[in-house]
Amino acid sequence: MSEHNEQAHHIVGPKVYVIIFFALLLGTGLTVWASFLELGLWNPVIALAIATGKAMLVVLFFMQVKYSTKLTKLTVFAGIFMFLTLVGMTLADYFTRAWGQW
Amino acid sequence: MSDSPAIAHVAEDAVLDEHPSYLRHHFNSTEQQADTANFAMWLFLVTEVMFFGGLFTAYLIYRNWYYPAFVVASHQLNVGWGTANTAVLICSSFTMAMGVWCAETRRRKGLVLCLTLTFILGLVFLGIKGIEYSEKIEKHHVPGFHYSLQSFVDPASDPDIAQYHDKPLALDMARHTELYFSLYFAMTGMHALHMIIGIGILGFMIFRARAGAYTSGHVTFVENFGLYWHFVDIIWIYLFALLYLISRHQ
Amino acid sequence: MNYLSKENGLLSWLLTGDHKRIAILYLISITFFFFIGGALAGLIRLELLTPQSDLMATDTYNKVFTMHGVVMIFLFLVPSVPATLGNFFIPMMIGAKDLALPKVNLLSWYLYVVGGILVLVTMITGGVDTGWTFTTPLSTHYVNTNVLSTGLAVFIAGFSSIFTGLNFIVTIHKMRAPGMTWFRMPLFVWAHYAASILMVLGTPVLAIAIVLLALERTIGIGVFDPTKGGDPLLFQHLFWFYSHPAVYIMILPGMGVISEVISTFSRKRVFGYTAVAFSSVAIAVFGFFVWAHHMFIMGVSNYAVLVFSLLTMLVAVPSAIKIFNWVFTLYKGSITFETPMLYSFGFMGLFTIGGLTGVFLGASGTDIHLTETYFIVAHFHFVMVGGMLMAFLSGIHFWWPKMTGRMYPEKLSQLAALITFIGFNFTFFPQFILGVLGMPRRYASYPPEFQILNVFSTAGATILGVGYMLPVLYLTWSLKYGAIAGNNPWQATGLEWQTQSPPLTENFTKMPIMDHEAYDYEWLAKQQEKEVASVG
Repeated sequence: MSEHNEQAHHIVGPKVYVIIFFALLLGTGLTVWASFLELGLWNPVIALAIATGKAMLVVLFFMQVKYSTKLTKLTVFAGIFMFLTLVGMTLADYFTRAWGQW
Repeated sequence: MSDSPAIAHVAEDAVLDEHPSYLRHHFNSTEQQADTANFAMWLFLVTEVMFFGGLFTAYLIYRNWYYPAFVVASHQLNVGWGTANTAVLICSSFTMAMGVWCAETRRRKGLVLCLTLTFILGLVFLGIKGIEYSEKIEKHHVPGFHYSLQSFVDPASDPDIAQYHDKPLALDMARHTELYFSLYFAMTGMHALHMIIGIGILGFMIFRARAGAYTSGHVTFVENFGLYWHFVDIIWIYLFALLYLISRHQ
Repeated sequence: MNYLSKENGLLSWLLTGDHKRIAILYLISITFFFFIGGALAGLIRLELLTPQSDLMATDTYNKVFTMHGVVMIFLFLVPSVPATLGNFFIPMMIGAKDLALPKVNLLSWYLYVVGGILVLVTMITGGVDTGWTFTTPLSTHYVNTNVLSTGLAVFIAGFSSIFTGLNFIVTIHKMRAPGMTWFRMPLFVWAHYAASILMVLGTPVLAIAIVLLALERTIGIGVFDPTKGGDPLLFQHLFWFYSHPAVYIMILPGMGVISEVISTFSRKRVFGYTAVAFSSVAIAVFGFFVWAHHMFIMGVSNYAVLVFSLLTMLVAVPSAIKIFNWVFTLYKGSITFETPMLYSFGFMGLFTIGGLTGVFLGASGTDIHLTETYFIVAHFHFVMVGGMLMAFLSGIHFWWPKMTGRMYPEKLSQLAALITFIGFNFTFFPQFILGVLGMPRRYASYPPEFQILNVFSTAGATILGVGYMLPVLYLTWSLKYGAIAGNNPWQATGLEWQTQSPPLTENFTKMPIMDHEAYDYEWLAKQQEKEVASVG
């Protein structure tokens, strides 16, 4: 008689959570420090990269996606993909307007 | 009888040996029920991603079009408060994750503690947001309500942003700061609304947790709420990076 | 004992978790809104009998076509097949006792009703006249009509749709009976799965577009206002990001019905099951990449026009694949012409014409001339009315015996199908010609030389109205006086046909096991031999 569903098959313990917690705080400090530097085009790239790194830690460990079924991973991927489609294809219109007539 | 004998059937007693009270009649097992609820929550979060996606799209377009206005306007946000709020939410995600662990390992008192801490941290976040919003109101940086261009056409007159040595914006570019604040309020406001709903549900959960509802094997509600809470945290991680940290070099 | 007779009383219906009862609740409410939308269409066609704007003021005309669009799209077409037939039959087709989330299902219906009531209130308190597309800055700055309440109604109805789609996806993944693999499911289920993906991923973007529209209209935040640096086209990007997939949300479930009906009435398994299943998903995926073909003349970049035009050509391919597969299903089948089959034939012909004209419009060169004319009106009515509505009627007639335990009068229903087909063609074919000749859409007056075609169109609409009224009358009649239907009057193969009509509340007395492929008519014949043997 199994009471564990696939999520709880692997109960993520406090050790992992503490490590991720400190990693997230570190990432926050890092991104704030980086924003005070003059890096031109790289500023937003670094900010988004660090934000994405933090988000991935939350998704994989706090939300336990690393230990989840393929279906869950596919669902997360579908959401991200659709979001990127919306942003990407819309921005593509705006960026190419300045290109003029062919 | 009512079914055609044409279709094969599962044997009468093969289906279930235990019937926990929380097992709904249309499910065959608690596993199926928990799996289903979890998947449903993930799908809901995907809809939320698309919902916020529209706001992020608008933000990215106008930041690209009016970059100088967005830089100067973003200096009006206090990076200290923003960083503090980010830390607060990260802590609350940690306490929420610990709460899920307590539910999974049947630690009733631990669960109540973790949920309560998450609740308090959520309120702290809103409190800081309230402080930030009231600052914006005082300085007339709320779009549509006597919006003031003073700090943008004449940055020297604003002591709050002295350290950035912003150059004055031309009048038309200064007007576009209103777009930045429109998006700031829309995005953080929508986020705050989600926080308020989450805090409300947390309050309900604390009551139920004290009664042991989540520490006797049925952890679905806590787990799935945790997913929601972490998602709201992730939205803030991106809002912080995009709204507060555009360019703070001095 | 069945799901209808199990419990009586209003509360047992209004608080039900039974997917079949919720389906009936939806059926009643969407029929109501269909006739509201139809009445508005009648007013449009009446006005267009004469070249002048003489029946109503042009402002009123704007309100009439706007409300017609809002009601028909959001309150009829989007929920039509999914919320009625999908709700009723998806659990039965996969061998489940109910949908995964029965309470969410009921919530969906209540959200729909609230949205619908809001639309009615809007109509009574002055209506809205921006067109169902709420184009900015017209809707944000230049009209004094009820944009906000309509927006709120659509927002709420949108969540009804999201929750339905979410429920279907979870159900199809998690609630299939033993042996019911993905590729043994009826194609009706595949079609709804694809439509549900669109509902879940697309509708939230409409929701945020409406939120921003409301903020722009009330506070004037400037996101769509050029005087404040905003771009009106941003609204259109967000609006059409949903509204294009919305047309696939509307048509895919109808295509699912066609697969079932064509197979049953040609006694043959659907040709190319895998191709049809994958083409449903392909339509859903590609449907997300083409939205700006509604914006070719609005000011998007030339490169966007190029890319979106190309992608639009691609999205037509999976739809065509389905038509080919249905035709090959018919080939060498034992075809009979019961009413559901008649409507399906109508669908195949009319959807093909409508779909082809969509390809003409996808080519940006021709679109520049044809957009905002009656060509577009004809195109979408061919796919939505000639296509989707016919599929809906096909499905209602096909599953009526199962839902109600009664047969409808066959000769009368065949006549109604014929009347509908004739009326439809008279109404909408002239509109293709009008569009090519240059008659603009959304205009109450037009040059006199267009009158004869408009008169044809209105005459056709009258016939069409008769065609739609008849089913309401005889289907209602059949509830009391129709012949008792058995379990499987059509000798169809789905699991839903292997149990009583009307079904039990829990659908099956024992959990079924799926041990054969979909559309397996040999299996069905063997089972019927077994049944005869066991009785004899």
